[in-house]
Amino acid sequence: MKQRVVITGMGIYSCLGKNLEEVCKSLYEGKSGIVFDASRKELGFRSGLTARLETPNLKGVLSRNQRVYMAEQCNYAYLATDEALKNAKIDGDYLAAHEVGLLYGNDSSAEAVMKSIDTMREKKDTAMIGSGAIFQSMNSTVTMNLSCIFKLKGINLTISGACASGSHAIGLGRMLIQAGLQECVVCGGAQEVNPYSIGSFDGINAFSIRENEPEKASRPFDRDRDGLVPGGGAATVIIESYESAVKRGAPILAEITGYGFSSNGDHISVPNVDGPSRSLQMAISEAGIDIRTIGYVNAHATSTLVGDANEAKAIANVFGDHKPEITSTKSMTGHEMWMAGASEIIYSMLMMKNGFIAPNLNFENPDADSIKLNIPAVRVNKIFDTFLSNSFGFGGTNSTLIVKNIK
Amino acid sequence: MDKTKLISKVNEALAEEFEIEVSTLVPDANIKDTLDIDSLGLVDMVALVESLFGVKIQANEIASILTFENLYDYIDRNIKR
Repeated sequence: MKQRVVITGMGIYSCLGKNLEEVCKSLYEGKSGIVFDASRKELGFRSGLTARLETPNLKGVLSRNQRVYMAEQCNYAYLATDEALKNAKIDGDYLAAHEVGLLYGNDSSAEAVMKSIDTMREKKDTAMIGSGAIFQSMNSTVTMNLSCIFKLKGINLTISGACASGSHAIGLGRMLIQAGLQECVVCGGAQEVNPYSIGSFDGINAFSIRENEPEKASRPFDRDRDGLVPGGGAATVIIESYESAVKRGAPILAEITGYGFSSNGDHISVPNVDGPSRSLQMAISEAGIDIRTIGYVNAHATSTLVGDANEAKAIANVFGDHKPEITSTKSMTGHEMWMAGASEIIYSMLMMKNGFIAPNLNFENPDADSIKLNIPAVRVNKIFDTFLSNSFGFGGTNSTLIVKNIK
Repeated sequence: MDKTKLISKVNEALAEEFEIEVSTLVPDANIKDTLDIDSLGLVDMVALVESLFGVKIQANEIASILTFENLYDYIDRNIKR
């Protein structure tokens, strides 16, 4: 029999706040984390819009020998994971005695790669690159650093699934626990925010250019959306078997009841309707629930023309006449990419635990597809016990998670 | 650069890079123990010395540089004046 998988801890560092409490307040108040960064224009960006994120200074928290191997996003992931482990009541003694795993979504480490190549080109001497670069440059930089800092002894793997990375990390962690291969897995997603990591993304005209109104730029599902706004940070979710959580007296926050996934098998950047629909249906089928019990949908919707329209079609097709509130928290955070699948589980959890649905900011006029959905532009005070969260990515990778409240 | 200045410059740079007190950097102290570094940390020390003095410590010579005195002497011998 499959193990039930529950969430026992969460931690986050995002443009909405540096911890769960700050983020919850921002969600409740419908506060945008988007700003205009003039320095991006100097680099030749088409759009200077970005999420506002302060790089934490971990000097005095971690040793030099720990920090030297950490790329930008590892700093966020460390803080998010530290908060999550504390909230899950997992300490160093527990980690030393148990094989706790680590599956984290990350799909780039561009700034570290760029700096080491710049040094190599300038100095013509690889010895000048320094010891940290190789460990900062690899896609697995987050998991290699977190596993060493927190002394984790279970599975140790980075999930690179484009903008669905964080969601797949949680879904795959759940599968390992269901199969009895792990009792507890630290899951999450991290996203670097430096301009070098997304210059190429800006170059394909994917970003909003509503630069004179940064807080209005990310407008998922709105008729007048003109592209996404890049964001980032990190989010960590501690998941474990129900039995393990009960045994150690852990706070049991919710149960992950469904994980669906699919691949579009289609275009590299243009999403379709069929792939996401299959991911949604698989998650709902696996959860074995009446779709009417789903009280909230956290959409992937990034504020792009085709992406939002096709997701709206997929949701409308799957949900039929059941119309729960559907919002995209990216209206506040921008697109947190590799992190988004994990952070949006946390945003949704905070809403579910606190009885509200944060507004889909800037949803002023629907289009032909979003008019079929129930998208609130202002906060809704509502008690709900089950939510569904979508995450889709380049290459047509799709992930859907369903989470049920445990009181 | 005379040797006193050289030692002072090396110590200040090492203290900043490896986040330790300058006062712990005494000539006969073991480098790896004092800086709390392993072979990866030595890579950063080598890069630091090269960027400060233009002196490249060869990979086959690093094993013979055990103490700060060894390091000062190596730089002093190889620095272009």
